[in-house]
Amino acid sequence: MAEALARKGLDLKHQPGFHAIAVICLLLLYAPILVLAVLSFNSGDDLVHFSGLSTQWYGKALANEGFHAAATNTLIISVTSMILSTAVATAAALGTTRTRAWRGQGAAFMVINLPLMVPEIITAVATLSFFSLLASLANINFGIGNLILAHTVFCIPFAYMPIRARLEDMDVTLENAAADLYATPWRAFRRVTLPLLMPGITAGAALAFIVSFDDFTITQLVAGPGQTTLPLFIWSQIRRPITPELNAMCSILLGISILFVLASYLIARKRA
Amino acid sequence: MKTKILALTATAVLALSCSAALADGELHIYNWGDYTNPKLIEKFQKQFNVKVSLDDYDSNETMLAKVRAGNSGYDIVVPSDYTVKIMIDEGLLEKTEPNTMPNFKNMDPRFVDVYWDSGRHYSVPWQFGTTSFSVNTDKYKGPMDTLGVLYNPPEELRGRINMLDDINSVIHGAERYLGFPRCTSDKAQLKQVNDLLEKAKPFWRTFSYDTNVKITSGDVDVTQTWNGMGYRIREKSPAIKFAFTKEIMEAWMDNVSVLKGAKNLENAKLFQNFMMDPENAALASDFARYDNGIAGSHKFLPPEFGNAPEINPPASVKTEFVPPCPPEVLKVYNQIWTNLRK
Amino acid sequence: MPDALAAANVLDRQITRRSRLLTLPALLVIGVFGVLPLLIIVVYSFLAPAPYGGVEWHFSTEAYVSFLFQEDIFDGTLSFVPDFLLIYLRSLIYAVVTTIVCLFLGFPTAYFMATRPPRQRGFWVLLITIPFWSNLLIRTLAIMMIIRDQGILNGIMIDLGLIKQPVVMLYTDGAIVLGLLYSYLPFMVLPLYSSLEKLDFRLVEAGFDLYATRWQVLRRIIIPLAKPGIIAGSLLVFIPALGAYVAPLILGGGRHLMIGELIAQQFGTSRNWPLGAAQAIILMAGVMVALFFYVRNTGGKVQHG
Repeated sequence: MAEALARKGLDLKHQPGFHAIAVICLLLLYAPILVLAVLSFNSGDDLVHFSGLSTQWYGKALANEGFHAAATNTLIISVTSMILSTAVATAAALGTTRTRAWRGQGAAFMVINLPLMVPEIITAVATLSFFSLLASLANINFGIGNLILAHTVFCIPFAYMPIRARLEDMDVTLENAAADLYATPWRAFRRVTLPLLMPGITAGAALAFIVSFDDFTITQLVAGPGQTTLPLFIWSQIRRPITPELNAMCSILLGISILFVLASYLIARKRA
Repeated sequence: MKTKILALTATAVLALSCSAALADGELHIYNWGDYTNPKLIEKFQKQFNVKVSLDDYDSNETMLAKVRAGNSGYDIVVPSDYTVKIMIDEGLLEKTEPNTMPNFKNMDPRFVDVYWDSGRHYSVPWQFGTTSFSVNTDKYKGPMDTLGVLYNPPEELRGRINMLDDINSVIHGAERYLGFPRCTSDKAQLKQVNDLLEKAKPFWRTFSYDTNVKITSGDVDVTQTWNGMGYRIREKSPAIKFAFTKEIMEAWMDNVSVLKGAKNLENAKLFQNFMMDPENAALASDFARYDNGIAGSHKFLPPEFGNAPEINPPASVKTEFVPPCPPEVLKVYNQIWTNLRK
Repeated sequence: MPDALAAANVLDRQITRRSRLLTLPALLVIGVFGVLPLLIIVVYSFLAPAPYGGVEWHFSTEAYVSFLFQEDIFDGTLSFVPDFLLIYLRSLIYAVVTTIVCLFLGFPTAYFMATRPPRQRGFWVLLITIPFWSNLLIRTLAIMMIIRDQGILNGIMIDLGLIKQPVVMLYTDGAIVLGLLYSYLPFMVLPLYSSLEKLDFRLVEAGFDLYATRWQVLRRIIIPLAKPGIIAGSLLVFIPALGAYVAPLILGGGRHLMIGELIAQQFGTSRNWPLGAAQAIILMAGVMVALFFYVRNTGGKVQHG
């Protein structure tokens, strides 16, 4: 029957309209980015009228010290939070999905998703109060670690959800087969579960990074001196008459992320 | 060859660590965003060999929240007038006695005995300004010397107005327009304020602090804004002019203050004294385009700015600093505000 | 027989212990750095506001009472004031609409990505996520540039003669949904993709073998199989959208308060921390109830392969 379908040229994966919607979606998503990129080459200093081509803003952006400091801070914080939260979330997903139900599992699920439910300003005030108490009562101050911990907390549920969704769909028989072949739980995990779980983990890690990278409200209150991140820096720049310098900064960041990911993608493909 | 490289590296490391040791400490400043001239910071760093860090906040309340929590790590903050009063009352500021510092003689006498720090025992002026509104005179040719433009706008301005997302500026403005005292606790008057605001809301397009972009991009034709911003807007679009109203206008002042328990107390005091020098005050003003409280600074300003109408209002204009309202009145204000914004 | 049973029990306990251990790190991190600070907020909600911001340490339920009842300006009587409820309802509607739109846009997109040849899939994931590596604030500003009255879209349409007057797009409800969409679309697409990617197309084939139409295959096979992804994505969009702050503020123009800004105001110019805390607790309580039902339906089931 499948051959009959194939002979008729019927693609069984095709759903009408889906291709078109996906393309529309992508166009929608890229429109603002394109506008940003194009305006960053504006020779005039306006963001509304395009006057001509120039790369002067890139020079200014690259020389901007505040931008450097903020970008460095953001990278440190977001990458660390992404790694920590994804690792912790993967373990938690494994422990709460598809296994034998254990007492308190429902409560654990609620706790894991708690940061998701709290409005940002509340997390911000709460975390600020908490770390200040810690500093004044027990003299514990982790410096930039405060920010990293705060970010990790709200990144965990974002990493957790896609991994859990992926786990719920996975075929248990493969792992059972591994067990049948006398693999230890650890080996079964490393060589069967983990590779199968990878798309979920990468999706979770991507979400965690994005969420941490964009965070403003919480960082604003918890950051200490010299811990300005990109969103804070950009927010302060927005009050100024905005020049394409801001666009240039954004494009530079985007460019770096694209290069980085492209590089790792190509390396992975070479190995495979 | 190897030994040469080693020697070079060693010298470099030594030089670096020496320069760090030479620095006379640090100073951590927490100021409003887009409000500090980088040239000013450079000048201070060079003059006193101090390493300065600058972070910014976008509202007094954000800064207060951090400072109240304690251990913020900052030495200098720049609160607005009413916030200085609150911080002094709560014991959050160091009594640095600027009135005994050498540059105090340069203070504009109008700003020495102010309601938030009479005699200047804690704070030094940074910049001050007035709040009113800017009008796109290409789109509107009518009279613009009254708050009626905002609260009872003519036909062609309806739906083309941006108000500040600021409870005080909006409600006090209504009180000024209706001729009521600021922070009035008279119930009948408050009700009238509430009604006026409700009636005016449909005529207001947005509530935002981004006054510059809103009016220059054509989203609105009138925006409530501050005089320094009004100057910058006019620089970009000469047709957009800042209005001086016949009703009394709101004035505010941001002040350089030292946090209690600041780690770099001596450098902080140096900075306060530094800001009372007319040339430095002029440097600060030239950046955000607001006037400052130091006499004799105007001659250091570039002429187009120094002579600008925004900082040289006509003599008939009256301005006032407004102390914070008592809690009972603020409670009603909050009700009015929620009712307005819901 | 009894031995086998005993062995099975031991294995069960081992599995349970392992599950607990695996979940522990997450619980610890969130417990200490998430729950404890939150308890501070709960405490704040039962305190009295200090005159100029902050809290005063004596017990008061005023915050919760004032959520529904306030003193009339004129006569001081306590009356029911629906202002806050209205704001909550509005945010709820925006969040629901955003989730639905995200689903309608995200499902086909995720499906499309999941049905590319395996070697290409990584590339498509990249393509979808790259826009979100630019800062949200800047993207929002770019959106403003496109849809404002004198913006790019209106400019093009007027130049082409399609319209005479600019179409009002900015500062409308649609703009707010657009802003929310731009903030949260990847949170729908990625979990959906992760779920759909594992879809066994033999089941789809079986459906076609049984003479099902494409629509039936979609409705009765694909969508139910993607349910975990749909739910995960919907939760990840709906809940943050409820408390969203920046994008709705900038694109909506601030004429209508939403929950995020309402709460932020209490900690700002309104100087009423306990009220802000109470509003947040009420919001979270509502969401927790909804989540509770989700757990009851899907948690802890062992799937048979």
